[in-house]
Amino acid sequence: MDDQHSPALRRLVELLPAAVVETHARLGDATARVDPARIVDVAKLLRDDPGLEFEMLTDLTAVDYLGEEPRFEVVYHFYSVARNQRVRIKARVPEAAAELPSLVALYASADWMEREVFDLYGVRFSGHPNLKRILLYEEFEGHPLRKDYAKTARQPLIGPRN
Amino acid sequence: MAGITDGRRELEEDFERDLHVERQLLNMGPSHPATHGTVKFMLELDGENIADIEVQVGYLHRGFEKECESGSWYQAIPYTDRLNYNSAVLANVGFCLAVEKLLGLETPIRCQWQRVLASELSRVADHLTRCGAACLELQAMTPFLYGIEARELNWDLQEQLCGARVTSNYIRLGGVKHGMPESFPARFREIVTQTRTLLADFEKVVTRNRIFVDRLKGTGVISREECLRYAVTGPMLRSAGVPLDLRKDEPYLVYDQVDFDVPIGEVGDNYDRYLVCVEEIHQSLRIAEQCVAQLEKLGAGPIDVVDPRVRWPAKSHVFNRMEELIQQFKTVTEGPRVPEGEAYTAIESANGELGFYVVSDGSAVPWKVRCRPPSLLNLQPMPGMVRGAMLADLIPTFDFINMIGGECDR
Repeated sequence: MDDQHSPALRRLVELLPAAVVETHARLGDATARVDPARIVDVAKLLRDDPGLEFEMLTDLTAVDYLGEEPRFEVVYHFYSVARNQRVRIKARVPEAAAELPSLVALYASADWMEREVFDLYGVRFSGHPNLKRILLYEEFEGHPLRKDYAKTARQPLIGPRN
Repeated sequence: MAGITDGRRELEEDFERDLHVERQLLNMGPSHPATHGTVKFMLELDGENIADIEVQVGYLHRGFEKECESGSWYQAIPYTDRLNYNSAVLANVGFCLAVEKLLGLETPIRCQWQRVLASELSRVADHLTRCGAACLELQAMTPFLYGIEARELNWDLQEQLCGARVTSNYIRLGGVKHGMPESFPARFREIVTQTRTLLADFEKVVTRNRIFVDRLKGTGVISREECLRYAVTGPMLRSAGVPLDLRKDEPYLVYDQVDFDVPIGEVGDNYDRYLVCVEEIHQSLRIAEQCVAQLEKLGAGPIDVVDPRVRWPAKSHVFNRMEELIQQFKTVTEGPRVPEGEAYTAIESANGELGFYVVSDGSAVPWKVRCRPPSLLNLQPMPGMVRGAMLADLIPTFDFINMIGGECDR
């Protein structure tokens, strides 16, 4: 299936051709890989364009492709309630500069999910109002969902905090 | 005379004077009777009102995704049971549908009806717990017991169907653990009748109860726009007037063949959420009845896909033919190899959109299993829902958000 089957992808490519790196719609999931620096432009367009109307950022996560370059892929799932449509936006960032702009200003739901990606993968989001660990504690060392974090790794004990 | 009047005025002024000159910080949780599932609220109180609140999650983080990435695809299914332990089957279904999408599997019709049946029983149990526990925390023990009795009966049914009461591990890739037992339909009808009686009693005690209505009406209000901004889904979104239900909008399994209504609220307060949940119990029972009728009509037949990658070959073949013996050996020792790719599926769980984003590198071990937890996203806008309200209003608001720690923190 090519992207011609997804009206959302078609419109995205039409309006922001420079930001989109590649698209596919395998297994029926409309997907676009975009330039991480332009993620805010893409999200703004998805939200505000009358032909797209993606009001919800339902999911935000990352995948560690250890050994590939760029290493991390941040994956956004948008949902349009008005049009009952979904689109997946992905952006690759290298380990050395694992940072991309935050979407909190556009989608409030990004707040905790970006914190989670930062917590578990160590990918930073510039412009996030409160980028700190969410599921783990502050003294935790490393980012456990990175593929090079051993499952058996132990963390230093911390005393009671006051 | 004048002296007495002055003294009285002074007293009156003193009585009117605001005593709460300083704001008070209060830690609520992580281990507090009302924060079931461990969550912590850092409250800044102005008298009895909430001036500010910070919600801290993560106390129940058990590394669900990391664990999934170290076993086979099959070994992840029992972990999904432990996400939302009120409705384990729903998470099973969500995960299996995502992996089946990667595998390109279409399950047999009996299997699909059975999955819907188990899902709806699960949803009923979840909503009963939510409504019952909310009453309990508002100091109403009787309706809680009605709800819990109905849930016990529901668990009896789930036990008969799935083999376990809570963490059922019922759904398999390309099938379900086993078919509907012959004795099930009769017991099902009996229990549905009992559940409806209990629900009628529950509603009689609660729905128009002055205290309950006063505590719920106008508290924990969230607007339609806020819901969308925060990606709130499920009964919480529907209570704000958005008729989004993935069972209707993106029908999966056989939801397009069942007849049910999607209740919505008007103002998005706790009372609307209560009404939506109770109506959803009725609708789920209706769906479950249709499933049982349909399964009876279909009679005996295949419930698993015939695909050696995910299901064992018949035992008679395994013991007599070489190919099948090898297949069984590989399925048991290694587990299914899932084609390379990525897939996202979303189902309507009791709390909202439960999504699974799975990535496979073509091996027998998942590369990535992401659970999109409705609990986490529904909890996120809570500060805005309780800021300025009384501390006591936090309890029903938190109850009807129905944050489940296992799913929220994973």
